[in-house]
Amino acid sequence: MTQQAPTQTQRDSRDHSGAGPSLQATQEQRSHIAKVESTDPGTITIENLEAYYGNFRAVAPVTFTIPGRKVTAVIGPSGCGKSTFIRCLNRMHETVRGASSRGHVLLDGEDINGPKVDPVLIRRKIGMVFQKPNPFPTMSIYDNVASGLKLNGIKSGRPMNEIVEQALRQAALWDEVKDKLKQAGTALSGGQQQRLCIARALAVEPEVLLMDEPCSALDPIATLAIEDLIRQLAPDVTIVIVTHNMQQASRVSDMTAFFMMNEQRSGELVEYATTETIFTNPADKRTEDYVTGRFG
Amino acid sequence: MTVEPAEPGLLQKLQASAREQVTGSPGDVVFKLLALGFTLIILLLAGLLLYTVWTGASESIGEFGFFSFIVTQEWNPVFREFGALHVIVGTLASSAIAVVLAVPVALGIALFITELAPPAIRGIVAFTIDILAAIPSIVYGLWGLHVLLPFLDQHINPLLINYLGWLPFFDRPAFGFSLLTASIILAIMIVPIISAIAREVIGSVPTAQKEGMLALGATRWEVMWKVILPYARAGIVGAIILGLARAIGETMAVTMVIGNAHYISANILAPSATMASIIANEFREATYSLYLSALIHVGLVLMFISLIVNILARVLVWSVASDPGGDRR
Ligand SMILES: Nc1ncnc2c1ncn2[C@@H]1O[C@H](COP(=O)(O)OP(=O)(O)OP(=O)(O)O)[C@@H](O)[C@H]1O
Ligand SMILES: [Mg+2]
Repeated sequence: MTQQAPTQTQRDSRDHSGAGPSLQATQEQRSHIAKVESTDPGTITIENLEAYYGNFRAVAPVTFTIPGRKVTAVIGPSGCGKSTFIRCLNRMHETVRGASSRGHVLLDGEDINGPKVDPVLIRRKIGMVFQKPNPFPTMSIYDNVASGLKLNGIKSGRPMNEIVEQALRQAALWDEVKDKLKQAGTALSGGQQQRLCIARALAVEPEVLLMDEPCSALDPIATLAIEDLIRQLAPDVTIVIVTHNMQQASRVSDMTAFFMMNEQRSGELVEYATTETIFTNPADKRTEDYVTGRFG
Repeated sequence: MTVEPAEPGLLQKLQASAREQVTGSPGDVVFKLLALGFTLIILLLAGLLLYTVWTGASESIGEFGFFSFIVTQEWNPVFREFGALHVIVGTLASSAIAVVLAVPVALGIALFITELAPPAIRGIVAFTIDILAAIPSIVYGLWGLHVLLPFLDQHINPLLINYLGWLPFFDRPAFGFSLLTASIILAIMIVPIISAIAREVIGSVPTAQKEGMLALGATRWEVMWKVILPYARAGIVGAIILGLARAIGETMAVTMVIGNAHYISANILAPSATMASIIANEFREATYSLYLSALIHVGLVLMFISLIVNILARVLVWSVASDPGGDRR
């Protein structure tokens, strides 16, 4: 599995149909990545981003733009590098031992991988919600939500109580927990715990919220609640959500990125377009097969 | 899908496996009876031990009384006067100082090994610590006597008296043979125990917990303080208790450097004695039966004190582990 970072030519010469390289196919493939012109705050421009675990390349170079203040879904078969990709967007990827990434990720034009950039500051701007709810068991509900604020200080200078309440309201959890803020966060149901984690991420007022399969541990009702929440948040926060659930992607997202594993088992961006295009009129055969449930 | 409270796995696994053993095949029944038998043997041995020590101490108990022996400080074999207060104080003080000195170092090592060190260094440090845990205490005693004690006497004690002499704890006479020297030796001996267990406990903190805090924009340092140590706290308290228990019972190394002086002094640079150290030191010199009985009485008290420390420790671990964290700030 020793594989060096490929040059652009290597990447371009790979044919998606497996029938041998051809220039035409290459051009066709490249055109499947929609160009997004977005100047809204929270726009993420990804240039030749690739991710490694040791020598294994989990994500082959990807280049595309995630529009600000919109919801972008990342879909694709299991193991195609969706989690790895999304974790590169707030530099969580590099916290894994042996993991590294190359290329550029620009948040509002500023490279978060730049040599002088502190990853800790990046993570304060780009929050993350994980697949499995992970509230801190030694903290109360209130302290869970306030934990990020206590680390970072309060940007807007408002009182802590107010921000905690607002974050819990945004996460549609306030009514359920307002009488037991001092109880342990782990004493909530799974769906409530996940909303608590969302509130925790929202409390620090991030510009971007990354969500890695946030509903996979939840029942349909809790899932719908979180989908509602995502739609409500979108005007204020850029949201990138990884999901296995096609309906969910089509319900919540404005843009959809479809990843797939190539012959080297690296994840590759196959198609990127508006969600409507991906689900009704995909340009790539593999996208069509995937979204119609023919494989994956 | 609930996230478990702190320190979940082990206890529940044990309970589950205990439950499985109750029912099942004839093999399980045989095993269960065997295990029960061994358990009874242990209980029997403990009972015999207590009985023997109690009979050995009975002459002293008859002469001085079990409790007044504990609160009397007199230790004068020439006049047949014995009391254990000073050695109880010596034991508790030396163990407490040892724990205070050892805990930050041990936790630092455990965090370094699990969270910070590059893999190559991690292995070397972990191996070295494990080796330290296996060194016999007499070797620590010899090292303490010939290396640590002169060093403290010549370089550290004068400094302590110079700069901290206004405290009652650092005063002359200071010979090197002292409560402090014993405490430092004890600290060095219990660091490997505490850090080995703390390492396991800290290593079992779920990645999801650490990532949750990292993703909020925490530094590694903040992750350690706000997530790892709180999550692992019950196990860490347990580790400290084991270290404390070892410090309370440690005999040889302490005997060699503590000076075995029969008095209580606030000055930790002065010689002192512990329960274990006077037993080791004076057992051969106990020329008449009451003297011997008094030493065994000290041993009996030591057993009770260890027991009390263990019970307190269990209560502490239990209360720490079951604390939902409602209002911890
Ligand atoms: N910590 C790790 N160390 C080494 N390889 C890893 C690690 N995490 C993931 N991988 C590998 O990287 C590839 C991409 O994994 P990733 O978790 O990003 O996939 P995914 O698309 O999120 O899959 P899923 O949909 O199942 O969550 C896989 O081949 C996986 O085996
Ligand atoms: Mg994943």
